Amino acid sequence: MRRFSWFNATSLTLGFAFLYLPMIILVIYSFNESRLVTVWAGFSTKWYGELLQNDAFLDAAWVTIKVGFWSSTIATVLGTMAAYVMVRGGRFFGRTVFSGMVYAPLVMPEVITGLSLLLFFIAIDLDRGVLTIVLAHTTFSMCYVSVVVSSRLVSFDKSLEEAALDLGCTPFDAFRSVTLPIIAPSVIAGWLLAFTLSLDDLVIASFASGPSSTTLPIKIFSAVRLGVTPEINALSTIMIGLVTVGVITASLVMKRNIARARLDEQRAAG
Amino acid sequence: MRRAFLILVPYIWLLVLFLAPFLIVLRISLSDPALAIPPYVPQLDAAEGVWPGIVNLVSQFDLENYAFLTGDDLYWKAYLSSLQIAVVSTFLTLLVGFPIAYGMARAPVEWRATLMMLVILPFWTSFLIRVYAWIGILGTEGYLNQLLLSVGVIDAPLAILNTNIAVYIGIVYTYLPFMVLPIYAALEKMDDSLLEAAEDLGCTRTSAFWLVTVPLSKTGIIAGCFLVFIPALGEFVIPSLLGGSDTLMIGKVLWEEFFSNRDWPVASTVAVILLLILIIPIILFQRNEQKQREMDG
Repeated sequence: MRRFSWFNATSLTLGFAFLYLPMIILVIYSFNESRLVTVWAGFSTKWYGELLQNDAFLDAAWVTIKVGFWSSTIATVLGTMAAYVMVRGGRFFGRTVFSGMVYAPLVMPEVITGLSLLLFFIAIDLDRGVLTIVLAHTTFSMCYVSVVVSSRLVSFDKSLEEAALDLGCTPFDAFRSVTLPIIAPSVIAGWLLAFTLSLDDLVIASFASGPSSTTLPIKIFSAVRLGVTPEINALSTIMIGLVTVGVITASLVMKRNIARARLDEQRAAG
Repeated sequence: MRRAFLILVPYIWLLVLFLAPFLIVLRISLSDPALAIPPYVPQLDAAEGVWPGIVNLVSQFDLENYAFLTGDDLYWKAYLSSLQIAVVSTFLTLLVGFPIAYGMARAPVEWRATLMMLVILPFWTSFLIRVYAWIGILGTEGYLNQLLLSVGVIDAPLAILNTNIAVYIGIVYTYLPFMVLPIYAALEKMDDSLLEAAEDLGCTRTSAFWLVTVPLSKTGIIAGCFLVFIPALGEFVIPSLLGGSDTLMIGKVLWEEFFSNRDWPVASTVAVILLLILIIPIILFQRNEQKQREMDG
């Protein structure tokens, strides 16, 4: 019997209060009338209006979304390939180096990744801009994608693929019609993770960006170095809202799919 | 043919964009700063031909930057204070995270999915914003000081922002999910009959906790500690937003050497040494994961 004690209840309450209060305060004060962010002066949505008129932020948001979309899409393709090679690829020359390179970026401090990429871009004389940020983000997020996808690949039954091959599928067909549908949820999860990591990244983007390609985190960082501003509070609220809606939707969809799969199984069994 | 393609595309990508950049950092750390573009010597002289050029280049490499770094107090202090901040904040994260994971593992089964989501949700929210949220809370006129002053606990505002305490709070806050999830995973698998057995054999609830629950969640605790310690050591955003001018962390030093002092060779050397320090915890972490897999499988 598990006993859910008062101690457990208190630690959960305090723990979640600690996790959520700072963000809740941020959201509340984004509706503050006053420019003095720590003094409440009545409800207002004016900072949202000012934010929408701030072209610098809008441009940076657009660059960030572009970078996020391209880097996570390329990273998903490369990361899925890497996962497939590591789980199903068997032995090949340089396998140890390969798996080392797939896992290393996960533990590499961002400042080192950023510095090394910047020095590399300078060495090959590539102008820094959106392209270099996409290359940088793709490289570290493909490793996260491959971890997510390979954990799914490890757990699923290889004989399904073999059956498809026995029934006359080409390896590509077998991948497309058997493997891909099974690993699809993890591929999507990998894409979402890569996209979020890209939207979130400040350090690597600061090294890899040029003057014409400021991303939103770079913009936010240079603004908040000077302290708290109501515009940044409004921007944060929008971002927190989007993430919350996204995560809740994703988990509801996943729950429904699991329930449906269970129902199918029951029907098949009955 | 297809297999070769599958292997080669990600392989070459990582060789070019992960390994090659790192080798460049290593190479620049062995060079000397110079007033030139790019700002370091020696450079590969193509006129000498490829092979003699490389030989000549390598013969000019030296460990001068490494000698400089180990001889200079500032860098020693920066590495030591990064280690100290990372160790202290990892320990604090464990203190805050364990009771949460423990509570989650003991909560009714139907709550657990929701509790998991509540722990993961902040992780999807922007790191920068989560750090930023604390600036408003911890400042001299921040919400925390306002609250404490109005309650009457303190007479004068506390100076927390721009100190190491703020850095600890920032690290605990942002890395908490990394601590909670592995510990929760370990606790959740635990067989409750072991606790009952311990109590039947005369253990009090407290000693059963220390003798059964804690040892069985050891792999989760170790994994959580490394997941917090490794990124905390090279952290840049938290010390530069919440820390003070006297908060020395190596990530910040590297950033300043590169962007403010434009000393590429020293910045590269700082990076190489940071990596050398990180190799030990990374290997230990891998070993712990290996052990975990063997126990599961």
